[in-house]
Amino acid sequence: MKKEQIRNFCIIAHIDHGKSTLADRILELTSSVELRDMEEQLLDNMDIERERGITIKARAVRLNYKAKDGETYVFNLIDTPGHVDFNYEVSRSLAACEGAILVVDASQGIEAQTLANTYLAIEHDLEVLPVVNKIDLPSADPQSACEEIENVIGIPALDAPRISAKMGTNIEEVLERVITDIPAPKGDDNAPLKALIFDSYYDQYKGVIIFVRVKEGTLKVGETIKMFATGAEFQTVEIGYMGATSLVPSGELKSGEVGYIAASIKDIGDTRVGDTVTSVEHTCSEPLEGYKKVNPMVYSGIYPTDGAKYPDLRDALEKLRLNDASLSFEPETSIALGFGFRCGFLGLLHMEIIAERLEREYNLDLITTAPSVIYKVNMTNGDVLYIDNPTNYPDPGLIASAEEPVVSANILAPSEFVGNIMELCQDRRGTFKDMKYLDETRVELHYELPLNEIVYDFFDALKSRTRGYASFDYEMKGYQVSKLVKLDILLNGEVVDALSFIVHTDKAYARGRRICEKLKETIPRQLFEVPIQAAIGGKIIARETVKAMRKDVLAKCYGGDITRKKKLLEKQKEGKKKMRQLGSVEVPQEAFMSVLKLDE
Amino acid sequence: MCGVYIHVPFCKRKCIYCDFYSVCSDDKLYSDFVNALNRSVENRADNRIKVDTVYFGGGTPTVLESSQLASILNTVKNSFDVSHNAEITVEANPCTVTLESLRELLKGGFNRISFGIQSAMDDELSALSRLHNYKQAREAVLNAKKAGFTNISADIMIGIINQTRESLIDTIEKITSLPVCHISAYMLKVEENTPLYDMIKRDGNILKSIADDDELSERYLLMCRLLEEKGFLQYEISNFAKPGFESRHNLKYWRCEEYLGFGPHAHSYLDGKRYLYDCDVLTFIDCNGRPEITYTDTDVDKAEEYIMLSLRLAEGLDTVMLASLDKKGRYGNIISNAVEINRLSDEKLINISQNGKHISLTKRGFLVSNTVISRLLNR
Repeated sequence: MKKEQIRNFCIIAHIDHGKSTLADRILELTSSVELRDMEEQLLDNMDIERERGITIKARAVRLNYKAKDGETYVFNLIDTPGHVDFNYEVSRSLAACEGAILVVDASQGIEAQTLANTYLAIEHDLEVLPVVNKIDLPSADPQSACEEIENVIGIPALDAPRISAKMGTNIEEVLERVITDIPAPKGDDNAPLKALIFDSYYDQYKGVIIFVRVKEGTLKVGETIKMFATGAEFQTVEIGYMGATSLVPSGELKSGEVGYIAASIKDIGDTRVGDTVTSVEHTCSEPLEGYKKVNPMVYSGIYPTDGAKYPDLRDALEKLRLNDASLSFEPETSIALGFGFRCGFLGLLHMEIIAERLEREYNLDLITTAPSVIYKVNMTNGDVLYIDNPTNYPDPGLIASAEEPVVSANILAPSEFVGNIMELCQDRRGTFKDMKYLDETRVELHYELPLNEIVYDFFDALKSRTRGYASFDYEMKGYQVSKLVKLDILLNGEVVDALSFIVHTDKAYARGRRICEKLKETIPRQLFEVPIQAAIGGKIIARETVKAMRKDVLAKCYGGDITRKKKLLEKQKEGKKKMRQLGSVEVPQEAFMSVLKLDE
Repeated sequence: MCGVYIHVPFCKRKCIYCDFYSVCSDDKLYSDFVNALNRSVENRADNRIKVDTVYFGGGTPTVLESSQLASILNTVKNSFDVSHNAEITVEANPCTVTLESLRELLKGGFNRISFGIQSAMDDELSALSRLHNYKQAREAVLNAKKAGFTNISADIMIGIINQTRESLIDTIEKITSLPVCHISAYMLKVEENTPLYDMIKRDGNILKSIADDDELSERYLLMCRLLEEKGFLQYEISNFAKPGFESRHNLKYWRCEEYLGFGPHAHSYLDGKRYLYDCDVLTFIDCNGRPEITYTDTDVDKAEEYIMLSLRLAEGLDTVMLASLDKKGRYGNIISNAVEINRLSDEKLINISQNGKHISLTKRGFLVSNTVISRLLNR
């Protein structure tokens, strides 16, 4: 295959602008998928992705396209996530491509993640091909969407294909433009092997399957390869490319191609996404430039409901990390919850998805504690501590100053909502930076916000205050000194470590009170009265009481039918299993999560 | 000694809160049913079985003629070794009896009658869709006395729609001044599959006229106090009696003794086996009613049932008895679980006897008995 006939590209877009639908249409048009195998969001093959209508994992697929010039081209299409939490996945995909199709919704125009993803693509020197989608909608305004792309992003867009991925309109034009606008890959097939790992997963028969983009040289079956970062060596067993529905062995991959390697790799730690694969015989001198590495922003404790499932949880996390290099975890213990893991996530959505996948795909019952960001604590003795678990927050007497992470946030919304947005950001301790009009009706607001104010529910709050029109994106800016305190929650007079969190002094009182109220709603009445208190240091700042249960009795035991009473007791036993015994108090598992959703 | 239970699954009208099995029907079906019931008793005839209590429950047994009830009782007496001083109870609805029918019942062998009075307030009775008013209930009790019944029981209900503490006190005053010597007092529970449940689902406002759990608990404690003042001692969660008038039949259930039940949906417990007529009236009549074994108790079951049932009684649980049932020792040392027991005792939910061999629930403990019992069972 000639390199001139290969195009490696991805599709980037704001969430819901139709990226996965366009991918479906491209798959159909290139007849990569038999009609009977076609289903919606074909590349999003995780249940969670289909249910939520989002893409979490990047996916790669090889397609053949017979172009109008009579030539047949090979397209390597990589689908990418749109949500800000998954920029990391986007970044990995971009590094394997020469170009990106930028999908913009003709009725919505540019959104925050359109910008964020486009800037990422430009950073990776990708050719960006804008496409205006959803022209079938009555509210579509393709002309102003194109103008917006030109004005705001600064790339030519007036001749951008105007399509409807849903209806299949003008998809061919997109494919033709991929050929003309996106450059073919370069590379020397005879140079020492350099291939970039951009994804991997564990297959129970073949071991770890690595997805690579060959940048230089040729990769052959039987060859011994070496991972640059880990130094691990493997003999390749199978090499090929990703068909639309299955892996297709091809024996070799040349520079410019995208494909997979199976090499009986057992230890998931040996393959790192972002690492360079080279050949032992023909070793390259330098690895490829690693792409942007993103660190976890949010930490939370994950515990198995049943303590005996701890090893299962560890295995499951290890397997998930193989597909998701952004997930980090290490063991921790909690007095309340026992053995578990402190896990690092890219954001709240990422956290929810990991927890959901652990429960679904690995059949685990979990308790997730409130997410925390990493605080920087300057101690009076000169030490600097980074605290990702509120339980470890030092005694206030030993703290010289505390700092919290701050993000630089971009919010795009119709101008009528500016007041609401400002109010929200103010309430979340935001600092206004600037505001500019994208056109007469749309504004871009720039704020600096403490990360701990946005990890919980900021996006939901923003959506509800802008009737769903606002979009939001952020990046880490750094740390700023802040007045922070650790808030403890006491049940029946005992601190529940898993419920402690760090909060800004000004918000401690309101937050403490709200959490007590929320816990009162979630903790059922027990035989004894249960005081719920919020405290800073030794000082109680809020209190609620779960009254003692008064009545739980089966009045009649009728005609010797004791089955009914037995069933009731069985039910009670079952219910008890779903409870965590904290001292003398039985706490339902939802209690640990409910403190996250204080606005409800 | 064994108890016999006869289930008469008929009512003139179904009460809105009732989820027990009963149907409204006609004379033809009644007589078919009586025949089927007689046959099913005869099928199990065994004069080695000694019986000292017979209980006719329902439904409303008195929708049948007194002679029909007497014929069934006769079959029971011919089929088992029924002792001469057996307690023989019939449940009755105040408006299904007359002085004459009551005399016939007494003549037919019944010596205890239990009236479903529920309340002395007519507005509460109509809210429950009961057929009788209080005047009729009062008359029925007085007629029973006149007919010669000396062991009369009344059911009352706490938590009726429109009931207030004052009206409950009034009900207790009125009913205890009648010649009754036993009172069963049940808290209204809204069960699924009842008209009341559907009514509330349609109109949530009804709930506002029913006491909540806290108020119900207060009324329960108030009632316990008032009844004891009137000489009715509490011997079970929902049962009160003047000394010597405790229901011997119902005590059998709570003391894990044996009983034979006849009629659709009736349960039996004999030789550690549980039986059930798992059928409706028509099937019962068609197949001459054959009970099926539903379960055979293991030692653990016996111990659990003993804990569960004995704690309903004021006399409570005897740890020596428990140890004898619980051969594997799973619950035998229940009292040595000091932390839990002491906690429950500190909170005045249970009493522990001086010698440490008996545990019983306090009145407040009765109110949360499900939770207390399941805590003890979970240890």
